[in-house]
Amino acid sequence: MRLEPVANPSALRRAGLPAAALLATIAVASGLAAVAGADPLATLGLIVKGAVGSKFAALETLNRATPLIFTGLAVAVAFRARLWNIGAEAQLYAGAIVTVLLGTGAVGGPLVLPLMALAAMAAGAVVLLGPVVLKTRFGVDEVVTTLLFNFIMLLFVSYLLEGPLKDPMGMGWPKSAPLAKEARLPRIVDGLRLHWGFALALIAAVAVWVIERRTALGYEMRAVGLNARAARFAGIPVDSVLVKTALLSGGLAALAGFSEVAGLKGHLTLDLSPGFGYTGIIVAMLALLNPLAVVPAALFVAGVFVGADSMSRAAGVPTYIADMLLATSLLFMVLAILLIRFRVVRG
Amino acid sequence: MMSLFDILLSATFWAAAVRIASPLIFATMGELICERAGVLNLGIEGIMVIGAFSGWITVWAGAGLWEGVAVAMLSGMLFGLLHAVLVVPFGLSQHVVGLGITLLATSTSYFAYRLILPEVTSPPRIEPFAVWEVPLLSEIPLLGPALFAQTPLTYAAFAVAALTALVLWRTPLGLAVRAAGENPSAVDAQGLSVTGLRIGAVMVGSGLMAVGGAFLTLSAFSSFFFEMVNGRGWICIALVVFGAWRPGKAVLGALLFAAFDALQVRLQQTPVGQVVPYQLFLMAPYALSIAALVLMSRRAEVPAALMQPFNRGER
Repeated sequence: MRLEPVANPSALRRAGLPAAALLATIAVASGLAAVAGADPLATLGLIVKGAVGSKFAALETLNRATPLIFTGLAVAVAFRARLWNIGAEAQLYAGAIVTVLLGTGAVGGPLVLPLMALAAMAAGAVVLLGPVVLKTRFGVDEVVTTLLFNFIMLLFVSYLLEGPLKDPMGMGWPKSAPLAKEARLPRIVDGLRLHWGFALALIAAVAVWVIERRTALGYEMRAVGLNARAARFAGIPVDSVLVKTALLSGGLAALAGFSEVAGLKGHLTLDLSPGFGYTGIIVAMLALLNPLAVVPAALFVAGVFVGADSMSRAAGVPTYIADMLLATSLLFMVLAILLIRFRVVRG
Repeated sequence: MMSLFDILLSATFWAAAVRIASPLIFATMGELICERAGVLNLGIEGIMVIGAFSGWITVWAGAGLWEGVAVAMLSGMLFGLLHAVLVVPFGLSQHVVGLGITLLATSTSYFAYRLILPEVTSPPRIEPFAVWEVPLLSEIPLLGPALFAQTPLTYAAFAVAALTALVLWRTPLGLAVRAAGENPSAVDAQGLSVTGLRIGAVMVGSGLMAVGGAFLTLSAFSSFFFEMVNGRGWICIALVVFGAWRPGKAVLGALLFAAFDALQVRLQQTPVGQVVPYQLFLMAPYALSIAALVLMSRRAEVPAALMQPFNRGER
């Protein structure tokens, strides 16, 4: 078999194939539920109900989506320039560390929140800068280095939480001291459990879209991603574009850590992120690397997680079904998108 | 520093280093075979998890240890086939699909674990591979316990490495596989199927990665824990680069790496370990891998067609 380009993909092809990918994912979900001895339709219903079935559930989904929008944007920006940043997890924690450092009394006043956010972004940017400089200077593949940095960062956080950042009032638990009240992101509406981090995430999505589509840097990032050699030939400073992309990407991922600590948790623990950095890759791919589409993609992914958690308690299907569904949806979706532009022919 | 010498001169230290290297050797050979054929396999981390799980659960269900190894290998080959089909004939991004495979294989293991053992708080133990001492050779001081008093899977790891080198460099099939990763058009012109060679290489390589995972449950820890693979797959990708895509050098890299890993565990028990936080020791393997990548980056002879899809229509 070989692939043959489709000159002008029809609207049916453009809409039908992603829809088919979604249906195939649902079919896999039903199969998994059946394997677990549960009624497939009821299981799917419970997932949907658990994700958006009540005000509480919907708010939970929005809260869960917030860090995923940030990490999804971080990955989308980087992948667009073909910078394989798999280290959003490490950058997230770098942001969280700085948030705790500044928010537990080091600085105060009305500007403490923007200051924390900016410092967090700087920390995340620096963390990604290392692998990117290794890439541009020594040609070291950034996939492996960013992945390995995740493990180093987690151990560093573990050290901080048992040493310098340990909460003296924490009864021996490895957690940081709580943030000062003025360093907490307030709720958007009083009484509703949704903080300003979510609004910040939406603003970030629009900002990234503007940078990508309306600025010279965005143009250069896309040119480097399409063909680095051609971009260099055309006079685009590829290495400097990659460094700028890294600063943006690392900063966005760090905002996830800032928002989780300042908006939701109020302190730092080792389980602050259940893999938000890695899940950001799925979010970005489902959004086809489009910054605005990252928002619905993050909501979908968050919904699957929140829904599966709640379904698991009711129907007894292991909650890991969520990760399986996201992995299959990712694989089906990249295949579907390829098949929009190519058809399979024999020979 | 007396204690460092004590460690380096103890037989248990070298035995531990060889033991720690064994799963890495399996998985590194697996990744090396994939990359020699031109396919990056980032599914390695998840494939090691599914190997660790499927081998262990098979033995737990009553089968023999070698049957566990076989099941692990088959499950690895299955995920390898999925990866290969998506990235070889369809030419999808090897980064994205590989990470997807890692997530799929990992979550499948955890899902199945919870399905089969819904209530347990700590995983049941199995009777792992016993140490098999080679007569006479195992009595050589220092070297004997390190190399000849290991479990059968460790011997198998070294045998697999030798076999990989032999097949890749001394057989027509190996030449074809390497050519698929260097110059696929030439392979095609010879009337051989690039697609077939690459899919086959990824399946065999993934099978080996899964056996590397199974080593953890069937030979090292005798139980399955979440996150037990803990980045070993990513380290193996670094080891392939460090070994310049050569089996012999990669085995040396794995042994060197494992020696450092065994050393950091022991240094934690010394006076140094009382002062330095233990997390710093645990970071060493990952930092070492990054350092190795930087050191070797200038000299690395990357397979020319690594990560380049081959589509006959485009010639």
